[in-house]
Amino acid sequence: MTVLNLLIVVCLSYVVLLFAVAFGADRAARLGRGSWLRSPIVYTLSLSIYCTAWTFYGAVGFAARSGLEFVTIYLGPTLVMIGWWWTLRRLVRVGRSQRITSIADLISSRYGKSNLLAVLVTVLAVVATTPYIALQLQSVTLSFAAFAETDPTATTLPDMQSTALWVAVGLALFTILFGTRNLDANERHHGVVMAIAMEAVVKLCALLAVGVFVVWGLAGGVAGTLERIEASGISRFEVSGARWVGLTMLSAMALLCLPRMFQVMVVENEHEDHLRTAAWAFPGYLLLMSLFVLPIAALGLDLLPTGANPDLFVLTLPLMEGRDGLAILSFLGGFSSATSMVIVAAIALSTMVSNHVVMPLWLHYSGTVAMVSGDMRNVALMARRLSIAGVLFLGYVYFRISGGGTALAAIGLIAFVGVAQFLPALMGGLFWRGATRTGALAGISIGAAVWLYCLFLPSFGPEMIVPQSVFDHGLFGLSWLRPRALFGAEGMDPVIHALMWSMLLNLAAFILGSLLSFPLPLERLQGAQFVNAVEHSGTQAGWSGGMAQSEDLLIMAQRIMGAHEAQALFAAAARRQGVAGYLPEPGPDFIQELERALAGSVGAATAHAMIAQIVGGTAVSVSDLMAVADETAQIMEYSSRLEVQSQELARTARQLRQTNEMLTHISVQKDEFLSQISHELRTPMTSIRAFSEILRDTGDLGPEEQKKYAAIIHDESVRLTRLLDDLLDLSVLENGQVDLNIQSGSLTGLLDRAVRAAGGETGDFVIRRDRKAEQIELTTDLDRLAQVFINLISNAHKYCEAQPAVLTIRPEVNGTQLVVDFIDNGSGIPASKQAMIFEKFSRIGVSKAGGAGLGLAICREIMARLGGDISYLPGQKGAAFRVRLPLEIDGPASQQGRSKEIRSKETDSP
Amino acid sequence: MSPERLPVFLARRHYRRRRVADAARLLPLTGAILFCLPLVWKGSPEGASTVGAMLFVFGLWVVLVVLSAVIARHLRADETEHPARDGAAEERPDTS
Repeated sequence: MTVLNLLIVVCLSYVVLLFAVAFGADRAARLGRGSWLRSPIVYTLSLSIYCTAWTFYGAVGFAARSGLEFVTIYLGPTLVMIGWWWTLRRLVRVGRSQRITSIADLISSRYGKSNLLAVLVTVLAVVATTPYIALQLQSVTLSFAAFAETDPTATTLPDMQSTALWVAVGLALFTILFGTRNLDANERHHGVVMAIAMEAVVKLCALLAVGVFVVWGLAGGVAGTLERIEASGISRFEVSGARWVGLTMLSAMALLCLPRMFQVMVVENEHEDHLRTAAWAFPGYLLLMSLFVLPIAALGLDLLPTGANPDLFVLTLPLMEGRDGLAILSFLGGFSSATSMVIVAAIALSTMVSNHVVMPLWLHYSGTVAMVSGDMRNVALMARRLSIAGVLFLGYVYFRISGGGTALAAIGLIAFVGVAQFLPALMGGLFWRGATRTGALAGISIGAAVWLYCLFLPSFGPEMIVPQSVFDHGLFGLSWLRPRALFGAEGMDPVIHALMWSMLLNLAAFILGSLLSFPLPLERLQGAQFVNAVEHSGTQAGWSGGMAQSEDLLIMAQRIMGAHEAQALFAAAARRQGVAGYLPEPGPDFIQELERALAGSVGAATAHAMIAQIVGGTAVSVSDLMAVADETAQIMEYSSRLEVQSQELARTARQLRQTNEMLTHISVQKDEFLSQISHELRTPMTSIRAFSEILRDTGDLGPEEQKKYAAIIHDESVRLTRLLDDLLDLSVLENGQVDLNIQSGSLTGLLDRAVRAAGGETGDFVIRRDRKAEQIELTTDLDRLAQVFINLISNAHKYCEAQPAVLTIRPEVNGTQLVVDFIDNGSGIPASKQAMIFEKFSRIGVSKAGGAGLGLAICREIMARLGGDISYLPGQKGAAFRVRLPLEIDGPASQQGRSKEIRSKETDSP
Repeated sequence: MSPERLPVFLARRHYRRRRVADAARLLPLTGAILFCLPLVWKGSPEGASTVGAMLFVFGLWVVLVVLSAVIARHLRADETEHPARDGAAEERPDTS
């Protein structure tokens, strides 16, 4: 069996293995057994599609031509990955939270779900990626041809173009089979990811194996290798600073902007935390991939005949040494690099093309989309499959046209500059709230135009597309428009020249366009969400869902997501809303959720348009706009609102607690009052009953005794009546139903009356008065006030134990207030009892006189009615009471309100 | 508690975490500057050798990978960048 035949067998077996791995991974994921599929290592390995055949073959060629400069292509991504905290974290978070399906989807979502922008990005991505796919096809056919050349038995060289065609067809088949299993691009393509992870391992092993063979097999160790490099034509480090820095920057930008990188990095990302591993593992992978590039290049230059294609050194070195096994491994490595890149690029591009070009067109031409029956899912999937075939066909056509002549590295760099045009819009959208759709459109258009004119079209060579006269004298004969010397920048490297001008003009147009235009409300909302993705998620534009018909939405969703998934989504939403069945209320939240779900299938712009068709348009409320206008103000407002609310809650809780305490207290009081009153009523009743029984049953009572018993009964009845009168009085006073009889009079007269009524002065009871100070005119209910005074004087009389008891009455006018103190020389009231003396039925010690203990309670009520108060005055020699009241009471009308106020004050502080 | 009044003092753990995040931000900048260093060597009379530049670049590369791994170990992506906004519990003053 010849080497070529062996190669074909190995290659086919490898393809079968790839299909098996992809199939197995898909199956495991479907059965829920694929937790290892979601490991960060698989994620990191899937990122390795950055290393295409361009890396595998081209890096050595690059190094053979320009020495160490090749490494810039890997330094840029290294810097971006170790700086994941800046950008990638944000990118991945936005991508996951917004269910982004592609880079075009992200940019269009950010700028108000604009489909125009999505189309622009899609077209540019296709234009930039097609040559890249052609490059992969070319590398496979070249490496195949390299094998054929060394095979002496091969009579005819295989047709390069037919090889390319077979590779393209095989890749299309694989991609369609495993890349369009499900419509929701956010669902992971486990089969594809697993296959490319395996290919990543294969290509790394292959390159390392060749490197080890070269260093230890051919050059005789590390020292020998370094000597060979010193002796080779690339021993001098003669990299131009502009190219070194420029290419590093370019590759860094490309990592972020390449549609296929975006696909594996953001769309296929399983968990944000995987970035933490990729942050060091991916740079490590790149390091290993580039480790042996210079040695291979130096040895290739040394050992292989001049004129040998340096792009194929990786393959031709082992072949020349007769290491067929190693050569086949190397071929498999290159094959892996090429196929994994093409597969992912085709998936990424087909998603973009079908979501942003085919579906909108289809929606447009099929009329009233949402209502028509039929499964749109199949349409979308078919659109995606056709797009994959179309993208690969375009790559093949490009390969046929270009004829495979250009050096591999050149095409790669040209594509990089093309996709780098997304960067200002992408990063501006993630970090700058002020970036607008107009700015993004202007930036990408101008950048793309400069790229086409300065780099892409001239890359076909003079007279292919761009005439030689334009190269020499510029467009329309304007010398400052020469494609290789724009604005007179002569003598620059074409790639750096194009990169510089396209990025500068792109950035300028983006910033100017953003500054000068005014964003739509939806743009501003999306902008706020994207920019604040890491800090906190903001508000979304709310749909005015009232008009929407749930049933129409369900019909539409079924046609896009499939009946089962749509019904599950609707049923879950209905359950959450507490509605039975499959039709939830089409509230803004639900419609937003539905839009996100649809966006995962057909992209944000299309999903938005489809929902808008049914619902009728987004309602951006004033509060939404305010939220956008000033996020900080919003946060402040929100927190202050929270603060107010919590204060209010605390206040209410406090009030409730107080009320509760008061109610409990009142309830206790009421019980006490009832038991007290029963007791008070029972005592006289008992004696009345007893004496009346004696009168009734005892026949031989003398008139003296009869009179005595009758007198006792009478006295007890009087006491009972007095008690009931007092109770009634108190109840009337407490209910505020008392009518005041307002009169004017002097305090002296009033006091005279009170002293008289209280029994006057006796031998052992002296009242000291200051008659001069008593010349005060009062306007109040004099009768009631007298009642208070009588009570106080008789209390002193009753309770003061001093011999003789002396009561001092001391009036004083304090502004509009009259203050009258009643101070006796007794032992006073102990501090512990002072708080209680104004309560009903409270009596200090054993009662000497038969008071019911209502006197002071009545006094307190009366004073409250009169707009004043009565209080115990501590710190005097004996018991002291202070009566305060206004000299002139308010009118009866206000009196009523006042008394209520007083009552409420009293209940406030139990 | 207005958003302007972010706490001045953070618990030691949060303080450390923020400095690690700072380091994560600085690392690519440092790397970018250092990777440009070989350009300076071109100025010397005998020029720079590819081997020397290669050893430097790859050495630096290894260092960056290791540092990135160390930093990534200390940064959990699911914690937010501003722990102070998460709740009052995070605003405890640093007692140490």
